[in-house]
Amino acid sequence: MYGWTGVILRVDLSSGAITREPTNMRDAKLFIGARGLAAKLLTDEISPRTDALSPGNKLIFAPGPLSGTFAPSMGRYDVVTKSPLTGAIAASNSGGTFGPELKFAGYDMLVIEGRAKHPSFLWINNEEVEIREAGELWGNMVPETTEMVRALTDEDARVACIGPAGEKLSLVANIMNDMHRAAGRSGVGAVMGSKNLKAIAVVGTRPIKVANPKAFEKFVKIARQKISENPVGGTGLRVYGTNVLVNILNQVGAFPTRNFKDGYFPSADKIGGESLTSNHLLRPKGCFACTISCGRVTKVVNPKYAGKGEGPEYETAWGFGADCGIDNLDAINKANYLCNELGLDTISIASTIACAMDMYTDEVISIEDTGGLEIRFGDAETMVELVRLTGLRKGFGNQLAEGSYRLAEKYGHPEYSMSVKKQEMPAYDPRGVQGIGLQYATSNRGGCHVRGYTISPEVLGTPFKMDQHATEGKADVVITFQNLGAALDSTGACLFTTFGIGADELAALLSAVTGVHYSPADFMKAGDRIWNLERQWNLKVGMTSADDSLPTRMLKDPIPTGPSRGKVNHLHEMLPEYYKLRGWDAEGIPTEEKLKELALA
Amino acid sequence: MPKILMIHPEKCTGCRNCMLACSYGKDGQFRPAASRIHVYTWEREGFSVPIMCQQCNDAPCTKVCPTHSMYRLPGTTLVEYDSRDCIRCRMCIQACPFGNAVFDSYTNTILKCDTCNGDPACVKMCPTSALTYDDETVSTRSRKKALATKIKDAFQEVS
Repeated sequence: MYGWTGVILRVDLSSGAITREPTNMRDAKLFIGARGLAAKLLTDEISPRTDALSPGNKLIFAPGPLSGTFAPSMGRYDVVTKSPLTGAIAASNSGGTFGPELKFAGYDMLVIEGRAKHPSFLWINNEEVEIREAGELWGNMVPETTEMVRALTDEDARVACIGPAGEKLSLVANIMNDMHRAAGRSGVGAVMGSKNLKAIAVVGTRPIKVANPKAFEKFVKIARQKISENPVGGTGLRVYGTNVLVNILNQVGAFPTRNFKDGYFPSADKIGGESLTSNHLLRPKGCFACTISCGRVTKVVNPKYAGKGEGPEYETAWGFGADCGIDNLDAINKANYLCNELGLDTISIASTIACAMDMYTDEVISIEDTGGLEIRFGDAETMVELVRLTGLRKGFGNQLAEGSYRLAEKYGHPEYSMSVKKQEMPAYDPRGVQGIGLQYATSNRGGCHVRGYTISPEVLGTPFKMDQHATEGKADVVITFQNLGAALDSTGACLFTTFGIGADELAALLSAVTGVHYSPADFMKAGDRIWNLERQWNLKVGMTSADDSLPTRMLKDPIPTGPSRGKVNHLHEMLPEYYKLRGWDAEGIPTEEKLKELALA
Repeated sequence: MPKILMIHPEKCTGCRNCMLACSYGKDGQFRPAASRIHVYTWEREGFSVPIMCQQCNDAPCTKVCPTHSMYRLPGTTLVEYDSRDCIRCRMCIQACPFGNAVFDSYTNTILKCDTCNGDPACVKMCPTSALTYDDETVSTRSRKKALATKIKDAFQEVS
């Protein structure tokens, strides 16, 4: 077996049964691995009506066929499950070393089923697999949990775990691995918590083999060179991190500010990557097999927000920064550290806090609702305190832990939630960048930028430049980026490799590793197939074209200031074309011909 | 001129490309557990250090080896390992003060860095030059110069 290990590990926490089964190789060829292959397994095995937090839901950890090799920056994995936040399929992607270690232990996928009677953790030492009682682990923060699990298993074990937020079933809880890397979105941490599973420790010492070593070495060399020669992939991300985007997005007037009331933040520079590098950065860090090193090891000395850890990413700096009207990078860093320790998704919790600030400003909620806290835009201290309260589900944090949609809906005003399919939108204002709005609206996991990162052409000019305000041609480019992203995620590659390479190089690497020939067209078609599989399942969950939308604010309220002043998103000019080009009917349902073409019918 | 593998931990990102290059170069497959170089990461501090055989001049592993499978050729910087006569007594592992000779039960062999015969694969794959293969007698020159630069800058600032 090349690339794939050919084995799936299945752990039923209800019965304690631990079983191994061969990977379905027909599915592996069609859906590649990671996000795609795990989506195929999940949608085959659970009913769309399954309650996401019930024992009937399954939680899949899936690296890709390139994970564990030295294909550059391609050591990632996905957590796939039914999302408790959106009800749609969740696929949260993370780096670090955890995904490759699962491969070295011999597994293409780890499928967690059922619910343990007592809080537990899982210990995978190659073929020896044990479910153990969590005991003292339960209740601990992520760093302490990681260290305690190592003390109980192996000092070099790779650990993925939940923090208090996941234990308390917060719908914005994540799963952390390697202490600082996050499978962040869609509340996957709550699913792990609902299974009474605190942590997974893995040691793997088995080999991953390559089908065509000579070709593989050649394509690795080409891919490494192209990434290193790209100004973003080769230099920008290592020097400034993803946070380099703050000033870029602000300068084009697409930097959502104060819960998307504005698209321009005058003091953005104070929270950007340049400021982070000057004031907080200790050194860059890389995930497994990474050549880009966008990770940030940072430190805050200001006693009020003192701490050390990793982050912030661009979306995090935006969320706790501009979106909350805050330009204090010390406080933003602190909120980020707390999220990593508590196990919270930075994008969703930041946007939920911004939503609360917005509702408080407009007197939709009062000091009685917030447990005595004044929640105002620009108040950094309160923002940091709300992160802590949310992770522990204390006070008003208990309401924030449900995410912005449920918070706003509770007070009768869901329009204050800047979310799509109940998942919070990230750091690109769809009024200032048209295509990303169409991407948010049609994303299979709700508000999300990485499902189809059209910011590359619409703002950064990679691999070609498009007018950010135009709607023409956007449906086509959104589909291409969505399909490319679906296939890329499924190999184990990092999205940032697209700052240098594309489908040609990825298909060549995948073919050389697995021995299964994928032309660039085959590769893109696999992405199309994965996208349609996810879409079909979301439709079975009960979603309709009405869910392919944006918050009213994005469609009706023009950006008041900055370079994109006066703009709104013209989603309804783009959506019918998107459906048509996808091969879907006017209701957004994939046609029989389309499903047949993709071997999904 | 004899050379030495130098580590520069301040540049190491913890990516393990060196471990992958080593295991792939030696065995044609990816098995970082069998890498002759290891990267240790302190996650709380976000600091990583690569470590491998130091090729000691007065190497304990060569002294305890009963079959002379671990040996040094006169006038070279490399501690050689020849698996053919090795009886797997693992005395070299006991003796190495740095833990850089390792027994691998999966392949039934001793794992130890041999600098890929003077062309180390790890150095070529390191994306940040955290590993270099330098002339032995001047290997610390860049560090001295970095410190000297700081002193120079300090003097220039006050002058």
